[in-house]
Amino acid sequence: MSDIDVTTGVAARPVPQLGRKVLEVRALKSGFLTALTWIAALLASVPLFSVIYMLLAQGGTRLFGADFVEVLTGLPPAGFEMGGGIGPAIVGTLVMVAIAAAISIPLGILAAIYLGVLEPKSHIATTSRFLAKVLTGFPSILAGVFVYAVLVIRYGYSAWAGGVALAVLMLPTVVLAAEEAMAQVPQRMKDAAYGMGCTRTQVIWKVVLPTGLPGILTGVMLAVAGAAGESAPLLFTALFSNYYISQLTEPTASLSILIYNFSGMPFPNQIELAWTASLVLVLIVLVFNILARLVGQPKV
Amino acid sequence: MAKLFKAAETAGSVSGPPGAAEYLNDRVFRGVAWTSAFLIIALTAYILWEIGREAVPAMQQHGLGFLTGTTWNVSKEEFGVLPEILGTLYSSLLALIVGGVFGIAIAIFLTQDFLHHRLATVFRTIVEMLAAIPSVVFGLWGIYVVIPLLKPAAEWLHGHLGWFPLFGTDLSGPGMGPAALVLAIMILPTVAAISVDAFRRIPYKVKEAAYGMGTTRWEAILKVMLPTASSGILAALVLGFGRALGETMALAMLIGNANQISLSLFSPANTLASLLASNFPEAGQIEVQALMYAALVLLAITFVVNVAGLAVQQYTIRKFEGKK
Repeated sequence: MSDIDVTTGVAARPVPQLGRKVLEVRALKSGFLTALTWIAALLASVPLFSVIYMLLAQGGTRLFGADFVEVLTGLPPAGFEMGGGIGPAIVGTLVMVAIAAAISIPLGILAAIYLGVLEPKSHIATTSRFLAKVLTGFPSILAGVFVYAVLVIRYGYSAWAGGVALAVLMLPTVVLAAEEAMAQVPQRMKDAAYGMGCTRTQVIWKVVLPTGLPGILTGVMLAVAGAAGESAPLLFTALFSNYYISQLTEPTASLSILIYNFSGMPFPNQIELAWTASLVLVLIVLVFNILARLVGQPKV
Repeated sequence: MAKLFKAAETAGSVSGPPGAAEYLNDRVFRGVAWTSAFLIIALTAYILWEIGREAVPAMQQHGLGFLTGTTWNVSKEEFGVLPEILGTLYSSLLALIVGGVFGIAIAIFLTQDFLHHRLATVFRTIVEMLAAIPSVVFGLWGIYVVIPLLKPAAEWLHGHLGWFPLFGTDLSGPGMGPAALVLAIMILPTVAAISVDAFRRIPYKVKEAAYGMGTTRWEAILKVMLPTASSGILAALVLGFGRALGETMALAMLIGNANQISLSLFSPANTLASLLASNFPEAGQIEVQALMYAALVLLAITFVVNVAGLAVQQYTIRKFEGKK
């Protein structure tokens, strides 16, 4: 900014040639950089299309093939066994994400109410907001280490432990998104409700929450999508299992750990299943992402 | 509320003070909300305390030598994480260089009127979808796409420029190069999103003023927009670096988990997070303690980087909101 001096007026002198020639060095330089930016942007979108292509080409054959029922419901194959499926992993992922959502969404929204509506400027609010931001950048594997120390050492590997680890990761996302959504509720709407004699709780339940709901739901959906795709926190909390989950206190399969385990195996069948599981996982994540966009659309 | 309206119907009056139940309801609800907000603070403290407590035996046994030791031998109970610390920083730095250049280029591409706004939305969705793809899927993609793709290039570079430390070894499969490249792709959406935010905060009249003085588009970008957005871009880079430091699964699948220190892009290495991922599930009690110590080191590094990034971001926001 400082190297452009706007204070010295030049109006007194006769008006010079103001146009720019096409082949002037400055114009060429600008065109060159524009081309570079286009190339960078196109290059950056190559990985996404490559991933999608690989998912469809490698995973699609099994998922959209004749034996898709077996793929979606069957047990993972062992060693040289052919066929098999990813049923337990799909169920396990859904169960653990549901546990995580049941813990983190109510807690997150309540905390966001405090941060966004009740006392936005108090010490507790500023500290929690800051820590929530720090926690969003928190390595996901440390959530696994934490839950290992708290739950797994005492009670062993379980779906509960996996769910709690995912909840630790979801919580800050939910809090920050919900707070942002509620902070956008116009002050005059709240004032109108206070003017009618509402208590603060009534204002929150009848005005702030319904108005902020689309934004809150967007945050919740994005947090769920993120949790469904997580694998590091499940590695040593839920561990893995080759069978369907029968109770929440036993080791549980998940899609992401299945992909991790199968990716390094020397058997083509398992590798194909890893791709199929990746496709299913990406589809689950995508569904929640699309939901987030749909519910987040402003209604007016 | 219901009670209020009933009063209005019967007595012809619309007003009345909140009843005792409403007072109670209000206080209890606010108490619960306060507790939830406090829980975030408590949770952070609890995480630090639990990991710290589990790491204490290893800290007492290995002391600071843990940070400078280079062996990880469970049977001899010798643990050191220097290769992992350096591997974490090296891979994240490489990823930041690639991801940062592309991320900032994309932020400029999206905010400086290169595209019709509808097309820009499509492109923004592409970048956001990149962020939605799970780490483990990137790992799988890296194994079957990036590594085979890099192999011929790595062979050529090693054959012709083998004297250069970066190309000192051959790529035999997993290694630093593919891991850093995939990591760069993974942090690109973070860097791009925060940089876009930084550019958006610049008041439109700043750009108009620059164009009004006859700058070309790139003179405006390089001399006005970039310097003005610089603190926001710095925040984007630091937070992207923090993301890269903690990234686990893709790296555990691609970096080769070799306990060695090497500058070469093609030799296998290890990071703190992938050390935890690959050793934790089968670790005995003594190794778990050492791993807890390693987790504490990772926690400390990412905490410092993230707090620094957030501080810069906060500074940026305040700078522009103050100007308004």
